[in-house]
Amino acid sequence: METLKEILDALRANRLRSFLTGFAIVWGIFMLILLLAAGNGFKNGMESNFFYMAKNTVMLYPGRTTMPYAGFQKGRQLNFKAEDIDYMEMEIRRIAKVEQYTPIFNIWNDTLTYKRENDVSSLCGVRPGYEVMRSLSIERGRFLNEVDERNHNKVVLIHPKTEKNLFKGEDGVGKFININNIPFKVVGIYTEKSESWRPDVYIPFSTSQMIFNPSGLITDISFSVAGVDTKEKSEALQNQLRRILARRLNFDPNDKEAVWIRDNVSNSMQSASIFSAIVFFIWIIGIGTLVAGIVGVGNIMLITIKERTKEFGIRKTLGATPASILKSVIFESLIITVSFGYIGLFLGIVLSETVSKVLESMPKSGDREFTTFMNPTIDLSIAITALIILVVAGTLAGYIPARKAVKIKPIVALQAK
Amino acid sequence: MSIIELKNIHKTYNVGAPLHVLKGINLTINEGEFVSVMGASGSGKSTLLNILGMLDNYDEGEYLLDGELIKDLSETKSAKLRNQKIGFVFQFYNLLNFKNAMENVALPLYYRGIRRKQRNAIALEYLDKMGIKDMAEHLPNEMSGGQKQRVAIARALIAKPKIILADEPTGALDSQTSKEVMQLLREVNRTEGVTMIIVTHDPNVAAQTDRLIKIQDGIIGDN
Repeated sequence: METLKEILDALRANRLRSFLTGFAIVWGIFMLILLLAAGNGFKNGMESNFFYMAKNTVMLYPGRTTMPYAGFQKGRQLNFKAEDIDYMEMEIRRIAKVEQYTPIFNIWNDTLTYKRENDVSSLCGVRPGYEVMRSLSIERGRFLNEVDERNHNKVVLIHPKTEKNLFKGEDGVGKFININNIPFKVVGIYTEKSESWRPDVYIPFSTSQMIFNPSGLITDISFSVAGVDTKEKSEALQNQLRRILARRLNFDPNDKEAVWIRDNVSNSMQSASIFSAIVFFIWIIGIGTLVAGIVGVGNIMLITIKERTKEFGIRKTLGATPASILKSVIFESLIITVSFGYIGLFLGIVLSETVSKVLESMPKSGDREFTTFMNPTIDLSIAITALIILVVAGTLAGYIPARKAVKIKPIVALQAK
Repeated sequence: MSIIELKNIHKTYNVGAPLHVLKGINLTINEGEFVSVMGASGSGKSTLLNILGMLDNYDEGEYLLDGELIKDLSETKSAKLRNQKIGFVFQFYNLLNFKNAMENVALPLYYRGIRRKQRNAIALEYLDKMGIKDMAEHLPNEMSGGQKQRVAIARALIAKPKIILADEPTGALDSQTSKEVMQLLREVNRTEGVTMIIVTHDPNVAAQTDRLIKIQDGIIGDN
């Protein structure tokens, strides 16, 4: 307590110096937090654009062969048939840990009507689990479920835009809309992370086959896998898939055009590496700022202690031990770095949180929104770690010259200045 | 009873070429004495004062302070001894500029671990003795040279030392103030029984002491 009072006296006596040191620290921490927050905002924004699909989704589209095989000429159009669905699921499950699996049946332009309103949408027949792969969320009502699938229920999941076009502001859930003059009950309103210009309308896959698909051909097959998290694993999986499909559909396993395999793992791996480069770059700048802060504090401490050599000499003649002088210098820098560091931390977090709140409250505009900046906030533990580093470095920056100054003999110290 | 006993003290500084400053000092000063040390510049009188004040080490010989051998002490130990036994008065006062008179006087008690309230009260008492109690709240740069030196003397006395070492205590003061400060030191010597050692080059100052110690080329001359 006595020591603290003595130190506060010394700090008060050197207001400008204390303020300048403090300012260097406030600035260092403040800028570090802003930088990291901006970096996070950028990263979050980009991620929200790229990762609208669950990371590990694989999509298979039938294509046209480019190599002759087993007596077939090249240029043959391949198709997925209804009887391929279960066979392929079984085969794929043998080589990969499949989490969700669904065939998809698309009708590109279909007219939806409700009373006298109508809208044009793509109709998609999907099985339950599709919503997980596409990261859809339910706004009202429910998703399509296993019962719908088993009983070929005539139910439909629509987007708020479709709902608005058909129902003009009324709640569409529970009402019936006509698709090709067949009534479907709206069971849910879904939203997706990336908004499309013309959102799809979803019905159970079994229903789509029964009503709209006399030919029995399906558009594509999507499934999500676990454990495929590197480029190598993803390529290996693609090769295995191609062999399974080639055996079933009779094409050359080396023909990469026969079936298109779109793999989100390799896509997201690519974007993940871009993000980590950005994050790395921001860290470099942030650490640079921190180092500049430390050097600033160190410089000021060095000058301070030079200036105070005589004071230390006087104190020593009056009976101050070297340890007591060192202790007071260390406490001084601790008090300055901790208190001003806290101010910087506080200001930085307040600013980044405010910006984050303002961004959140801004209305979303445009049909296809492209977000470059989102949620610019940082992990508190990172901020506190930075503060601790600065405090330790600041204290050390005070300690090293102080130890030197304390070693100077009182007589020499008294002659200083 | 001797408070200071120096036996064959040698001191050499190594600044480029070795400089043999003290060449066998033998000196005894008794408790309660009022002595002056005179000598030309470079004679070694400041070095002697530094050794007496435990501000510097010596190379050879023995220094007994109040019966205790002072040799190769750690900084911590010598700081404690200084705090208990010796008060310093300097030519240029050496007050801390950011502390007022009372706080400057109280500083030695801070290093004894005495609480602020108590040490400030004691400091006021000593300022009163020096006749400058009304300056207690003033900073050193608001005071005259004489007032500053009185603050310094109060600071030297507050820890109740056995010895006061004064290095040119009147060197920066006019003759009138000089006289007053010397009277003050004499009074302190008489009333508190503190041994007073004054380093000076001023014969007038030396004449006011009871004993004159002349130092010449690193040895004690005729007393």
